[in-house]
Amino acid sequence: MILRLAIASLFARALTVGMTILAIALSVALFLGVEKVRTGAKASFADTISGTDLIVGARSGAVQLLLYSVFRIGNATNNITWESYQDIAARPEVKWSVPISLGDSHRQFRVMGTTTGFFDHYKYRQGRALALRDGAVMNDLFDTVIGADVAATLGYRLGDPIIVAHGLASFAEHKDQPFRVAGILEKTGTPVDRTVIVSLEAIEAIHVDWRSGAKIPGQTTSAEVLRGMDLQPKAVTAVLLGVDSPLRTFALQRAINDYPQEPLLAILPGVALQELWGIVGIAETALLAVSAMVVVTALIGMMATIFSSLNERRREMAIFRAMGARPAVILALLVLEAVLMAACGAGVGLGLLYAGLIVAQPMVDSAFGLWLPIEAPTLRELWVMGAVVCAGAIVSTLPAIRAYRLSLADGMMVRT
Amino acid sequence: MAAPVLALEGLEFQWPGRTGFALQVPGFQLLPGETVLLLGESGSGKSTLLSLICGTLLATRGTVRVAGTDLADLSGGQRDRFRAEQIGVIFQQFNLLPFGTVADNILLPLRFAPDRRRRAGDGRARALMLCQALGLPEAVLSARAGTLSVGQQQRVAVARALIGEPPLLVADEPTSALDAGTQAAFLDLLFEQARACGSALLMVSHDPRLAARFDRVLQMEDIAHSKRGAA
Repeated sequence: MILRLAIASLFARALTVGMTILAIALSVALFLGVEKVRTGAKASFADTISGTDLIVGARSGAVQLLLYSVFRIGNATNNITWESYQDIAARPEVKWSVPISLGDSHRQFRVMGTTTGFFDHYKYRQGRALALRDGAVMNDLFDTVIGADVAATLGYRLGDPIIVAHGLASFAEHKDQPFRVAGILEKTGTPVDRTVIVSLEAIEAIHVDWRSGAKIPGQTTSAEVLRGMDLQPKAVTAVLLGVDSPLRTFALQRAINDYPQEPLLAILPGVALQELWGIVGIAETALLAVSAMVVVTALIGMMATIFSSLNERRREMAIFRAMGARPAVILALLVLEAVLMAACGAGVGLGLLYAGLIVAQPMVDSAFGLWLPIEAPTLRELWVMGAVVCAGAIVSTLPAIRAYRLSLADGMMVRT
Repeated sequence: MAAPVLALEGLEFQWPGRTGFALQVPGFQLLPGETVLLLGESGSGKSTLLSLICGTLLATRGTVRVAGTDLADLSGGQRDRFRAEQIGVIFQQFNLLPFGTVADNILLPLRFAPDRRRRAGDGRARALMLCQALGLPEAVLSARAGTLSVGQQQRVAVARALIGEPPLLVADEPTSALDAGTQAAFLDLLFEQARACGSALLMVSHDPRLAARFDRVLQMEDIAHSKRGAA
């Protein structure tokens, strides 16, 4: 009966109670949403590259190698010679190998030279393969395949010409060899979206007339001549490797790291990704802390509402007291109300989260390549909701203690 | 002579902190089933006296015995339970929790008084009987108390005070919110049901026109001395 009366009392103050519940619900939805985005981002981050067992580059740091080979951030300090690459690719435990060559750019996007094997072996989001939205993979020396963001930002369509700049953010453009857009990839949410992909030979071709980063004066090799040349690269920037058995991955990694002819580094992408997440995850934690503060604010708002309602409810408390309720019952009643409000808020907040997810999921996926799964609440989310209810009970004890004191002083007579 | 249901002896009370008001009651008794009207102007200490009888205030000196129990012997929580068991309370107005149903309101004291709940038996059936006896329609039980007229609310308050047949009814100007016509009908019902339940009735009021119905009529000045102003 006390529970029923508490609920009836809440309904009688539907407007203020509704607002309080809404505030809690929004804050809980925000918190859970941030949590969702956080785990989603972490998962998406970890899903940037999958199916690749080892990434090989010149010896540097694991995070640095991951950054330039997968995220196209920063530069390689050194390359791998073509001979070393051939050597490693020929090892029996290597199932497949995809060399990549970086260093040039088109507008603000990086250009990556690779083989068509890249489209077969580069996987993201638990084994999803790259797919072409338009056109086909590179067929000609001057064909390019561009990522979805490149196409969207620069407004490129199939057949459009592309001029590749030497180096990064450089004005020296390889004007002599215009490329054309042969294919446009589907959005993946990975750095591939922001990459212009050409063949390894093309990277070689545009550097034929260059020495040490400067154009050789007066030398221009025409496209026709280039097509006839032997354009086997002398070096590549990094190599993605597939190993035939997971058990042999570590042995291969060790072998590459001890490669006597050249200082090389082989990394496990998953491990390096985790290491990198440890660095970028701090921002996410800060965001989580801010939304936790929003929840706290909403609960304090509830406390203020209860406080301000006490005076108009003194008569109600006097009736309870006259009927024989101990002051502790008044205290319990107010805490019970707060718990009910917090529980409603948490529940509605969860509902808002799912409604928001249903609406935003496709948009977030296409805009940021961030996949937010809609699934039953995780244990962690239930914990958060439970914590909100507990916190609601705790903050309500302050006004409840005041009500206790008031009802002890008022007894059953309210002097008005 | 039967033991009094209420006995005040050498009672003194001083509002803590407020030196301006003090109340003394040398002696007063109320017998089982007796009806007494206590007349007094507002400010004569009626409300304070009722709070002392109900045990929400404790006397500075002297004793308050309700149904033979000295309230000073009980702890705060015990006094609350004791009040729920032994006393039915009716205020001037705003007796009910407006958001609760009439049934919830009537059954509320039983929630805090297990013995009285046993005495009442089937609480809902008893509440219905009381409502019918008080001239309230049956459908009123499930209505929200706030939707009732003041007159109906006061009758619900009587039903609540009488359920489980407490030996003592305490009423604080229960008719002051009613117009003259409803007052008479209300008092008729109150007396009839109080008699039926065997409860003694102590009513405080400033209205001497109610006097005719009571066994005894006392002036507040006759039984109590109140001091105001100088400490």
